[in-house]
Amino acid sequence: MGSGVAKTGQDHAGDHAADHAGDQAGEGGRRLAVEQEVLAKNIAQAEHNREHFARHRILALNLVSSPGAGKTTLLERTILELNGRLPLAVIEGDQQTLLDAQRIERTGVPVVQVNTGAGCHLDAEMIHRALHRLELSAGSRLLIENVGNLVCPAMFDLGEAAKVVIISPTEGEDKPLKYPAMFTAASICVINKIDLLPYLDFDLALCRQYLQQVNPDLQIFTLSAKSGEGLADWLEWLATAQPPGAAAV
Amino acid sequence: MSIAISIVELACQQAGTAGAGRITRVEVEVGALAGVLADSLRFCYEAASRDTMAADSELVIIELPGDGECASCHGRRDMTEALALCPDCGGIMRPRGGRELRLRAIEVDD
Repeated sequence: MGSGVAKTGQDHAGDHAADHAGDQAGEGGRRLAVEQEVLAKNIAQAEHNREHFARHRILALNLVSSPGAGKTTLLERTILELNGRLPLAVIEGDQQTLLDAQRIERTGVPVVQVNTGAGCHLDAEMIHRALHRLELSAGSRLLIENVGNLVCPAMFDLGEAAKVVIISPTEGEDKPLKYPAMFTAASICVINKIDLLPYLDFDLALCRQYLQQVNPDLQIFTLSAKSGEGLADWLEWLATAQPPGAAAV
Repeated sequence: MSIAISIVELACQQAGTAGAGRITRVEVEVGALAGVLADSLRFCYEAASRDTMAADSELVIIELPGDGECASCHGRRDMTEALALCPDCGGIMRPRGGRELRLRAIEVDD
């Protein structure tokens, strides 16, 4: 039996379903009203994670990008600069391999690798399980590196304080316009690999304009994780951002 | 695929609680701005429902309209795309309604 698509309003199937709510569904079957969010389980687990982070004053960030924008390198560089000054921990998400977690391991910061297999995004349950394998002190920055994907992670709340979307000049200025859901869901945008600007036709001002259009509330950092240019502002932000649940000063 | 799997899991959970044997039909509301493509969902649903109580069930996708508010003039308009410009002033439209992704009902055999 195949599946069908019914449009609401004018469509017979949509009206038919509404008329028969609670009635016999035909041929001895029953109709059960459900009226529940499909992603209810993830929403609930994400809230549970969020409460956990608030209780323990952990600042959790969800790093998202296309594959290859430089999430792991930015993490390595961030850890290099901040390690010892601030408690840090990392959750790495990839379909396969421990490669990214191994890179982070070499920095000495606690890290857990989550392999999603066929999955294209981390979800709240995966974070919940990963948290059981990490010991986080109060005030920790938990940096979650999501699977490289600008589509699905926007739909799966992990309980983070903020999404950080990372783009690079080789991807073109119009990335924000192509993936509005992700750029709207994020509060921070890092434009990485600015060391490559002299070699590309990338118009940085135009990219900023598109970012502003799609989400005027985005906080934007332009930097190079490789050369260190512009890194100071990002590090400063990360070091001084207040974890949720912190008392207002 | 995760969404298709979530639908199957939720439907099976509901059917199990009701003591049903088999799911014959699943009705899902998908808002125009939910970020879900009906065709992709249909495709994934068939795979996700295999070997479950929902195997061979009919997936009915009820598409709901989206609406948004212009960031500049605050006019409310229908929105069918995640990125849209206000027809009045050309400002960016912010999604307000149309992000539903709900399991409305299931039909079961005992």
